[in-house]
Amino acid sequence: MLKIKKKIIVRIIIMLDINNLKVSIAGKSILKGVSLHVKPGEIHAIMGPNGSGKSTLASVLTGREFAEVTEGTVTYMGNNLLEMSPEDRAKEGIFLGFQYPIEIPGVSMVNFMKTAVNEKRKHHGLDPLSASDFLKMMREKKELVEIDSKLANRSVNEGFSGGEKKKNEIFQMAMLEPKLAILDETDSGLDIDALRIVANGVNKLKKADNSFIVITHYQRLLDHIIPDVVHVLYDGRIVKTAGKELALELEAKGYDWIKKEVENNVIA
Amino acid sequence: MDKDQDKILDEVTTGEYKYGFHSDIESEQIQKGLSEDVVRIISAKKNEPDWLLEFRLKAYRHWLTMKMPAWPNLKIPVINYQDIIFYSAPKQKPKLNSLDEIDPELKRTFDKLGIPLEEQKHLAGVAVDAVMDSVSVKTTFREALAEMGIIFCSFSDAVHEYPDLVKRYMGTVVPYTDNFFASLNSAVFSDGSFCYIPKGVRCPMELSTYFRINAANTGQFERTLLVADEESYVSYLEGCTAPSRDENQLHAAIVEIIAEKNSEVKYSTVQNWYPGDKDGKGGIFNFVTKRGMCRGENSKISWTQIETGSAITWKYPSCILRGDNSTGEFYSVAVTNNHQQADTGTKMIHIGKNTKSTIVSKGISAGKGQNSYRGLVKILKNASNARNFSQCDSLLLGDKCGAHTFPYLEVDNQTAIVEHEATTSKIGEDQIFYCNQRGISTEDAIGMIVNGYAREVINKLPMEFAVEAQKLLQISLEGSVG
Repeated sequence: MLKIKKKIIVRIIIMLDINNLKVSIAGKSILKGVSLHVKPGEIHAIMGPNGSGKSTLASVLTGREFAEVTEGTVTYMGNNLLEMSPEDRAKEGIFLGFQYPIEIPGVSMVNFMKTAVNEKRKHHGLDPLSASDFLKMMREKKELVEIDSKLANRSVNEGFSGGEKKKNEIFQMAMLEPKLAILDETDSGLDIDALRIVANGVNKLKKADNSFIVITHYQRLLDHIIPDVVHVLYDGRIVKTAGKELALELEAKGYDWIKKEVENNVIA
Repeated sequence: MDKDQDKILDEVTTGEYKYGFHSDIESEQIQKGLSEDVVRIISAKKNEPDWLLEFRLKAYRHWLTMKMPAWPNLKIPVINYQDIIFYSAPKQKPKLNSLDEIDPELKRTFDKLGIPLEEQKHLAGVAVDAVMDSVSVKTTFREALAEMGIIFCSFSDAVHEYPDLVKRYMGTVVPYTDNFFASLNSAVFSDGSFCYIPKGVRCPMELSTYFRINAANTGQFERTLLVADEESYVSYLEGCTAPSRDENQLHAAIVEIIAEKNSEVKYSTVQNWYPGDKDGKGGIFNFVTKRGMCRGENSKISWTQIETGSAITWKYPSCILRGDNSTGEFYSVAVTNNHQQADTGTKMIHIGKNTKSTIVSKGISAGKGQNSYRGLVKILKNASNARNFSQCDSLLLGDKCGAHTFPYLEVDNQTAIVEHEATTSKIGEDQIFYCNQRGISTEDAIGMIVNGYAREVINKLPMEFAVEAQKLLQISLEGSVG
């Protein structure tokens, strides 16, 4: 009796379980043994200098082909994530906020989102939303994330400014209601107002049963989105994990002290 | 529209050519081959008046002096004209009950193609002339249209019932000496559609001709003649399919449009002839001459074409802008997948003052397909203030296909403004992954991206056909990436 109960608890408390993940791109080793455990309701921040492997981690989790897993496991909601196709991962609730959102000329946001939402519904055995229900949902989510309603009438990201593209990512996240959202440097290139809108969007969408991995360079986003855990990724490894105060420390001291600490450890 | 698009994406699961079946319909055929006798036989079969036989014979004699054009960017195998059956007509069962009764097998064939021949079953607001092999089998709504003075019938009927109109206009836009395939058509054409919109009449429904090749070893040579008298308007659509056969079949058609003062003609084509199999075996050779003449002031002719079928496409729907202030438009999406080849585009000939033309060409190449845009913009000496805008875009899927652009500009008037824009792009893996990451499969993503790319042109089609065209684009590109 007790054993069974324990099993259930274990399944619920881990959403994403990354163990000793090693990844290379075009033969070059990028991630060199990353382990990360994300529970429902948690916000994890991953920080680190350029080239440390942050975006590669996002690519592996969402199934981009060029990232080759050479070792390690990734379990998502009890399933082997690495065996799932990118679209199945999405339909199972993984969302990536792109660092550089892609333009698709001639495809309206309405049509794009409607297809995405209904593909997900189909996957979960639900009927497609009626046109009126869908438009109602669009309206609500637009208000929630404070996105200009004109954006939704344009082609996907076409002619959007950098800030508009990032806001559009948050809007799509609101529409798709992911279990695990990975935001890849969503704050880069944003002015302070856009940053606030993005952060507010995340905070409003945060619930007890969904999780976020926020990849960022700078501490400033974390003024608005309060992480439960902060990791520092450096040279393909997570070299430091602590609470939200770590972000402040990094902001104050830069990444050099981390680099030094790592080098000292290696020498020692 | 969005709802339809979703439905399309859901519906489409296989990439096979859906119209490749053939029907067991007894047909009446003549011997293979081409000669003056064959021309006479075709004319006799249709009880034609002497003037028409004369026209055919002149065309045939002229054709004998001509050579196949060598300038297209196409690899065309040698065509043996003695190996083609030039006339094949479905044998009509003896008519028992009413004069309107048609062979049930024929009816079933067109039902299967989504073209019901009973008026009450048909899409509201669309009149159809159904042509199988060499003859027109049924024209719907003929009587209803006649009440407004609109003539819409098979070409053969027009020859007998409206000989003066046919005589006055036939060959005035595409003369029988025009080019190799136009001369061939003028000699052996067997049927097609005729349409006349009288002065001041706005045609209340879409007129359409559906062409079906069924018999083996035959060529299809039809002729469409469309006349819009002063102050009139008509929207016309043609669709075409053929069975999957291992040998190539020849389709050489002529379309002539005459637009008088203040009239407007919209001519849309959804061309889906059998494109051949994945290895390039079989398929239709689609060598077509289409031309419109804006004769009167303020007249307008607009061509829209979605070209997804045929092994080889050679066609240049053109406008002669003779009337002052007349307008010509050409909107095209041409897809070449597998081993398909297309050399297509338009000619805009500006003769009148203040004439305007717009060209939007979207080529899509996949597999080993070769896609060429060839367009001529000619501004004659007296065409003051003529304007042209051309936009030629090419989209490549994969790295074994090709896109080519051959624009020709001949400007003889200083006041003319001619603009040409061209882009070439590839469907990016980035775009596909972006869709994947939102839960959209690669196949659906390609359909979506291609339809987005072609949207400017598809939007020009009548609503019902726009949906059909979107579906077609998706199907004809399936399996072309990844």
